Amino acid sequence: MSVFDGLKFRKVYSPIHNLDPRVKFIYVCVVFVAAILFGEILPLLALFLMSLPFVLLAGVQKEWLRSLRGAAFLATFIFLVNIASSFFTSGYVLTAASVESAAAMTLRFVVLVESFSVFFLTTSPDHLGLALEQSRVPYEFAFAFTTAVRFVPVLAEEAQTIMDAQKARGLELEKGGILKRIRNYVPVLIPLIVSAIRRSLELAEAMESRAWGATKKRTNLYALKFHRGDFALLAVNVALVAVAIYVRLYLPVPTLSQLFWV
Amino acid sequence: MIEVEDVNFVYPNRVEALRDVSLVIKDGEFVAIMGQNGAGKTTLVKHFNGLLKPSKGVVRVDGVETTKTSVAALSRNTGFVFQNPDNQLFSETVEEEIAFALKNFGFEEEVIKKRISWALNLLGLTQYRETSPFLLSGGERKRVALASVLSWNPKTLILDEPTIGQDYQQKEKLRQFIVQMQAQGKTVIIVTHDVEFVAECSPRVLLMKEGRIVADGEGREILTTPEVLAQSSIVLPQIAQIFMKLAPLGLPKNVIDVYEAKEMVLKTLEKRRK
Repeated sequence: MSVFDGLKFRKVYSPIHNLDPRVKFIYVCVVFVAAILFGEILPLLALFLMSLPFVLLAGVQKEWLRSLRGAAFLATFIFLVNIASSFFTSGYVLTAASVESAAAMTLRFVVLVESFSVFFLTTSPDHLGLALEQSRVPYEFAFAFTTAVRFVPVLAEEAQTIMDAQKARGLELEKGGILKRIRNYVPVLIPLIVSAIRRSLELAEAMESRAWGATKKRTNLYALKFHRGDFALLAVNVALVAVAIYVRLYLPVPTLSQLFWV
Repeated sequence: MIEVEDVNFVYPNRVEALRDVSLVIKDGEFVAIMGQNGAGKTTLVKHFNGLLKPSKGVVRVDGVETTKTSVAALSRNTGFVFQNPDNQLFSETVEEEIAFALKNFGFEEEVIKKRISWALNLLGLTQYRETSPFLLSGGERKRVALASVLSWNPKTLILDEPTIGQDYQQKEKLRQFIVQMQAQGKTVIIVTHDVEFVAECSPRVLLMKEGRIVADGEGREILTTPEVLAQSSIVLPQIAQIFMKLAPLGLPKNVIDVYEAKEMVLKTLEKRRK
């Protein structure tokens, strides 16, 4: 569950938490696009470092590290698969360039995880819903999304209780071969799914009894407004996209192996 | 026998759920653990089958430290019925649900069949043998969960909030069932808020507050001492409340059982008439 921990929002106040979620989301998209544009390690490293000030300003280093640790397994996997594929396709030789490109692919993944984790760590589910709504996403969808996010920790806790209950009936999750182990999770997954469905039905009834969808146009207690910081981040976003596209189109991006061996 | 020595337990989110808890539960005892929400009741009993291991201190079950064995091994002797049956029901039929634990513990096919019939009969579920547990009512699901644990005949039975969602008649059946378990020499441990239920069973009562055991003794004594109950925000049982007021008439204060109360009131009234 450590990956989820890295995405769990905790209410604190910092300049980053107070930014408009829409601008923060644009930032995530910009980083996403930039990370896809470059396959070389240097620009990806720059992107990785760029999010660090956000993490420090928001004071979420610990949670951020935890989300990276959660991604470590998948990152290692990506690295190994990349190495292996270049190893087998290039006639069983391992070059510095292929190691570097595998590292770059891994870094690309890490950058994506990093930017998403910063976004979710510093944006409350309520803010997110508000942002979706004010971006003209239909309220039904916005609500479904925020509810889903909010129920992740609830489900994680429930999964723990279910595992305890089944262990108390002699279930050993870590026993047997890989197939047996997967099958071991059936007694955990079924109650989890059943209770999630039951819970959603109950939630729907509770919502309807509180006049869900009574009027076409809802009013909000809070409204999102752009402040100075939001404009600043927006400018950063625009500049970042412009620089990324310019560099990609007109400048050669050296790889490390080219820098050091040529 | 369950021995708990100076146990502290801290959850990963740094909540201190148990503080310096020590106690001994002997074989064949009937214990009710009471206290407010968050007092540490469920955390304590989860130590008895190894689901939780103490952060500090030692828990021994029949002489074996819980840290040195597995939950599955401990569960063979210590059955734990969770509060919410929906946290464990997953099979297509009630029969398979009960067979689950028996298969996990490696019982033979024929023994499994016998045990299922025995457990179903014990809890009045025989007619639901082929029914899906999801189609049963809340109270019935609770009984299926109980049957699924009883099936392997554990020596100790832990029931977490067994009376929640049960009507009076079911509670009475549950009480009789516990008496029956007692007669077979089993240890029964219940975690509950239900003062009236405990009053009618009169077990040994452990009162918890903020992770500590604040009172430990006969139910009849603890449940009739308002000062002790007040620290755990528990209200006196109704019978005890009445007998507090009747004390000036020469009746004893420590009565909690309905049957006993009835006898006493009748006797006093009889005397007065003469």
